[in-house]
Amino acid sequence: MSLVFAGVASHAPGITGRVALADPIAAQEFHGAYHAMAERLKATRPDALVIVAAEHFANFFMNNMPSFAVGMADHYEGPIEDPTWLRIERTTIPGDAALSRRLIVEMMQSVDLAYAEEWKFDHGIMVPLHFLTPQYDLPVIPVNINCQGPPLAPLHRAWALGEALRRAADRVEQRIAIIGTGGISHWPATPDSGKINEAWDREFLARWQANDRAALLAYTDEATYRDAGQGGFEIRTFIAIAAAARGQGAVEHYRPIPPFAVGCTIADMEIAED
Amino acid sequence: MSLYQMQKFLFAINRDSEVQRQFRANPATLLSRYELTPEEHQAITTHDIGLLFVLGANGQLLMHFAAFLGMPWADYIAAMREGVKRHGPVRAGVYHMTTGMDEKVAGV
Repeated sequence: MSLVFAGVASHAPGITGRVALADPIAAQEFHGAYHAMAERLKATRPDALVIVAAEHFANFFMNNMPSFAVGMADHYEGPIEDPTWLRIERTTIPGDAALSRRLIVEMMQSVDLAYAEEWKFDHGIMVPLHFLTPQYDLPVIPVNINCQGPPLAPLHRAWALGEALRRAADRVEQRIAIIGTGGISHWPATPDSGKINEAWDREFLARWQANDRAALLAYTDEATYRDAGQGGFEIRTFIAIAAAARGQGAVEHYRPIPPFAVGCTIADMEIAED
Repeated sequence: MSLYQMQKFLFAINRDSEVQRQFRANPATLLSRYELTPEEHQAITTHDIGLLFVLGANGQLLMHFAAFLGMPWADYIAAMREGVKRHGPVRAGVYHMTTGMDEKVAGV
């Protein structure tokens, strides 16, 4: 079959863990946008959900850090965090090792990947799943981009990863949905937590919606760090989705919510042929 | 600076309940496995989140160690700010403080 759905969504742990601190209306509207995305996703009848995430030392550490890794297991565990901190119950999430393997083999034609037959999901995947597949009834294939421990893969390699994902998805009979999850500008887990550069976010989202490859790849990590914080390195996940979907994006929701430490974003992208 | 070793400890304790048990039972024995400077060792044993932040601990590791120690989120943010006040700017890594000492952007 092919890719049937593509989008991006925020994953900050405050989205579920610190709801009580946020403006109730802002939180409710954002959660509503997340639930609406779940409906659109479901309507495309996917057989599997690929989540391109930027994990935070749940599995991968500086002793052996892959730029890109893909899960290849029949089930995963999560969240790795204290469930009372994240306010998401610990559970088992279905995977599909055989499908993972087929995708990985095809992706390896153009991108060097690590694979992982064991993977504990952190908030970077559990927060999106909490809203998108709350019954954990859709097989998930996790993909990780190192956005935490520099040196990081350059942005054009994140683009190449997205292209490889698309080519691989188009070559399997299953209907594949793909979600990228990361922050845009944000300074999480620092005293600056809650700082959001809204103008920078809106400029990035404009480039993403236009699927302007050159403009998306024009960011340097130095400028991103200065203007969008260390959390801004996670734009790699959004860039991979643009490369996979190839179409125009539609931002369904964007609003900075400081206690969630991120400009809360829900956006779909049209799946174009070329 | 043995920042890598200090972060390796944080990585281990964040994901392994057996390491958590050992840390609670006998922190000195557990920490002997890691090549830490005296300053890093002391920061860990005294639960000094502010100093660990200044020494360059990645926030995604430190955040969960603070939660493990039972610190509410607001106290953890305040501890990092206090660390910078006492020890000066963050010395390594990418997790820095760019806001003012009293600039509470998330309201805490």
